[in-house]
Amino acid sequence: MQELINRAKEMLDDGTVARVLGWKAGDLPYNPEPAYFEDAESLKDFVYNGFCGANLSKYMIEASKLEGKTLVFLKPCDTYSFNQLIKEHRVDREKAYIIGVGCKGKLDIEKIRAQGIKGIESIEGAEITDDADTLKVQTIYGEKSCAYADAMLERCHVCKGKEHKIYDEQIGESKETKDGERFDEVARIEAMAPAEKFAFFQKELSKCIRCNACRNVCPACSCRKCVFDSNKFDSAQKANVDSFEEKMFHIIRAFHVAGRCTDCGECSRVCPQGIPLHLFNRKFIKDIDELYGEYQAGDDTESKAPLTNYTFEDAEPSIVGKRG
Amino acid sequence: MQRIGVFVCHCGSNIAATVDVSKVAEMALMEPGVVHAEDYQYMCSEAGQAKIADAIHEKKLTGIVVCSCSPRMHEATFRKAAERAGLNPYMVEIANIREHCSWIHKDMEEATKKAVILMRAAVAKVNLNTPLQPGESRVTKRALIIGGGIAGIQTALDIADAGYEVDIVEKTPSIGGRMSQLDKTFPTLDCSACILTPKMVEASAHEKIKIYTYSEVENVSGFVGDFTVDIRKKARSVDMDKCTGCGVCQEKCPSKKAPSEFNRGLNNRSAIYTPFAQAIPNVPVIDREACIKFKTGKCGICSKVCQAGAIDYEQKDEIITEKYGAIVVATGFDTINLDKYDEYAYSQSKDVITSLELERVMNAAGPTHGHLERLSDGKAPKEMVFIQCVGSRCSDDRGKPYCSKICCMYTAKHAMLIRDKYPDVNVTVFYIDVRTPGKNFDEFYRRAVEQYGVNYIKGQVGKVIPQPNGKLLVQGSDLLDNRQILKEADMVVLATAIEPNPDVRKIATMLTASIDTNNFLTEAHAKLRPVESPTAGIFLSGVCQGPKDIPETVAQAGAAAVKAIGLLAKDKLMTNPCTAHSDELLCNGCSTCENVCPYGAITYEDKEVNDHGIREVRRLAVVNSALCQGCGACTVACPSGAMDLQGFSNRQIIAEVDAICR
Repeated sequence: MQELINRAKEMLDDGTVARVLGWKAGDLPYNPEPAYFEDAESLKDFVYNGFCGANLSKYMIEASKLEGKTLVFLKPCDTYSFNQLIKEHRVDREKAYIIGVGCKGKLDIEKIRAQGIKGIESIEGAEITDDADTLKVQTIYGEKSCAYADAMLERCHVCKGKEHKIYDEQIGESKETKDGERFDEVARIEAMAPAEKFAFFQKELSKCIRCNACRNVCPACSCRKCVFDSNKFDSAQKANVDSFEEKMFHIIRAFHVAGRCTDCGECSRVCPQGIPLHLFNRKFIKDIDELYGEYQAGDDTESKAPLTNYTFEDAEPSIVGKRG
Repeated sequence: MQRIGVFVCHCGSNIAATVDVSKVAEMALMEPGVVHAEDYQYMCSEAGQAKIADAIHEKKLTGIVVCSCSPRMHEATFRKAAERAGLNPYMVEIANIREHCSWIHKDMEEATKKAVILMRAAVAKVNLNTPLQPGESRVTKRALIIGGGIAGIQTALDIADAGYEVDIVEKTPSIGGRMSQLDKTFPTLDCSACILTPKMVEASAHEKIKIYTYSEVENVSGFVGDFTVDIRKKARSVDMDKCTGCGVCQEKCPSKKAPSEFNRGLNNRSAIYTPFAQAIPNVPVIDREACIKFKTGKCGICSKVCQAGAIDYEQKDEIITEKYGAIVVATGFDTINLDKYDEYAYSQSKDVITSLELERVMNAAGPTHGHLERLSDGKAPKEMVFIQCVGSRCSDDRGKPYCSKICCMYTAKHAMLIRDKYPDVNVTVFYIDVRTPGKNFDEFYRRAVEQYGVNYIKGQVGKVIPQPNGKLLVQGSDLLDNRQILKEADMVVLATAIEPNPDVRKIATMLTASIDTNNFLTEAHAKLRPVESPTAGIFLSGVCQGPKDIPETVAQAGAAAVKAIGLLAKDKLMTNPCTAHSDELLCNGCSTCENVCPYGAITYEDKEVNDHGIREVRRLAVVNSALCQGCGACTVACPSGAMDLQGFSNRQIIAEVDAICR
């Protein structure tokens, strides 16, 4: 972490960048938040640890409009989002100095709490430089411990890889965290009977409080004005009169990001209700892979996306009927 | 608020027998904005149109809904009627209660319910309609013909004779197509080459016709009157200007093992070749897959023997970009692959051949120089069996559901020619039905039976079994005598089903022309517009549209030419005002619409906007309405809903859906 701060100071001092986009410590040991740092002094609050799951790519949309370059720290998985935003002309590559930071898997406080660890005062082992496989958690009830892997976010168990897809320089090593298959859960839901599937999603989506956290954090949800906020469309009103309105919102959102979603997992990470929102997006990704060949949004900034590109090898529309 | 009039057509009994039309009119009056509703026997008649005009005047209507047949039939009629009465024609909407309702339903109550719903959707849309004004676009006075067979040649000649420039793009090294492979033609038995080659010569000599052989259409953009087409001229490796067509290169070429496409692979050709003697242009091509020079770098004999110095191993594919006002598809057919019909032993015995292969065997320029002989041992056959409908009229997915139409006649022709030239050969034909509608066709078939003694057996063949003695055991049934037949034959000829040239899928996609489940190009109307594609400016000639024989193909080729000429004769076309536009305050500038636009109508510009006080320069989508064809692909791809289509706005579509789901 100190290495990142030193480098940031250096670049602010020599004027290469006008500001630094990183994470600063929150009020609790496990809730650091995205922040701009405009001088060396402010960098005292900078943190980078296992709880820095936030993907900073989307903040670069606004940062691209500011004077001067912005130094942004991106984890390997965040770089996919950044590439996708370049492809959509939403960020300015020239306005960003990207430091690819190492990652050893990001932590999910809910997973720690689920193990009965409550009243947390401090956590050891979450530092990026730590090699520890175990987290030591000081609680008001005494010291507890839990395996690092058991506290990781779902997305880290199906990690896309240690490689930064775009960067100007790299600092820190990444660790292999993948121990599961990305589409297993989707396949399990696909196998359900329609009624069972509906019940599953109704149960999950009914928890939604429409706080819009998923939309606000999503790098693909970068429309100037969301259709749900615009009086030009009737989508919002329609969603409100539906007996289970959230399905309109989430399903329309999934359609809008289909083919552009990099599966960064931020929607599920920030959902205060714990809805596995990434499953919708992953279903689309799985279908795209199966129908058009494997495609990873954000893998690069040039390739044509299967849903907005036609080739003679494309699946015929009748395939939908056959697949159900 | 609109003042809408709803007019419900009986269409005689076409609609009224299944839909309670007065109920639909009565229900219409309850819809928002509707101030007038009536039903009438024939809305499209002059009296019907007068009713619309009267109502526009009397009730001061601002919008019209006609509940009638498909908009493909009469939308133009009603729009014109409204225009004459002073209404903008785009304030007219059609609710299709015939094709979408009365024709497909039986129960009156259900059908009436549906007709009311369709009426409601149209009223909901008209409530949001706005007057639109069409623009104008120019017409490039040149036609492109894809395919240089008899269909393409005839269409080209007819268009060129009317004084317009025509380009023919032909994939193979020569024009001529399937007809050039045929020996004799029914029902007159004149030599195919003798009647085709004069047309080939005429086309190549015509000052208005340019022929691109060994070339393929690579890309098509634009729209009716103004298509831009990329043509790939494949590297011929022979300079067309220098070559004199002497043929020495072909004689001296040491690589002679490539199967001859022209002779259906029954014999071999050299690596440098012209497909047949009368080929046009009479300039060979080098098959780079077969050429020793290209494979090993050594050889170069053709270059050494060529007096004209025409051989050019360095030649590269060339892309020619040209503009056209009209495009005629004449891509023709091929015979189906017989892998799924192994019971006929086609892959097991050289003496089981297709009818098209028999054409080559019977032809003086063919692999046997026109002698009827077995391809396995060169012996003259004594017993020949013809099997009809191999892959045609097939109920499973091995073959084609349709009748290939030409087989009954060419089989009668083959049988007759063989019996005439080799009276000692017995000819048996197994058939399901003999279909001979056509001028002098049945007479022709009867001559084969009565005069030439061809043995026709009604029944199919179950199996052809190659025997150790080299003969073929044919196991079939005679349905009229109700008995099984076992017959030893020396040769078996399969009347193999024809299918559209496989390349047509690619071409149809480039042209956005629709094809049916059998890959035949779809006509704009099966009866009334049989040579036009539903895509404006695209015309159909020959078998690409459906199975047909030479006289029908030539007739259709002329019809397609007339339609193309009708288009080229115009100086300007009215453009569709239903084009897309983007909302500057919603556009993200993400390029999604640009990626999906098939017409290249969308570009981006940096523009300063004032978004509720926030002034900034944004990357915004701009639609060129002269290029936009209103397909709507951008409107559904746009994630933020910034793209919208005039006449089919997102709001209008949602209003229709809402009305249907109400």
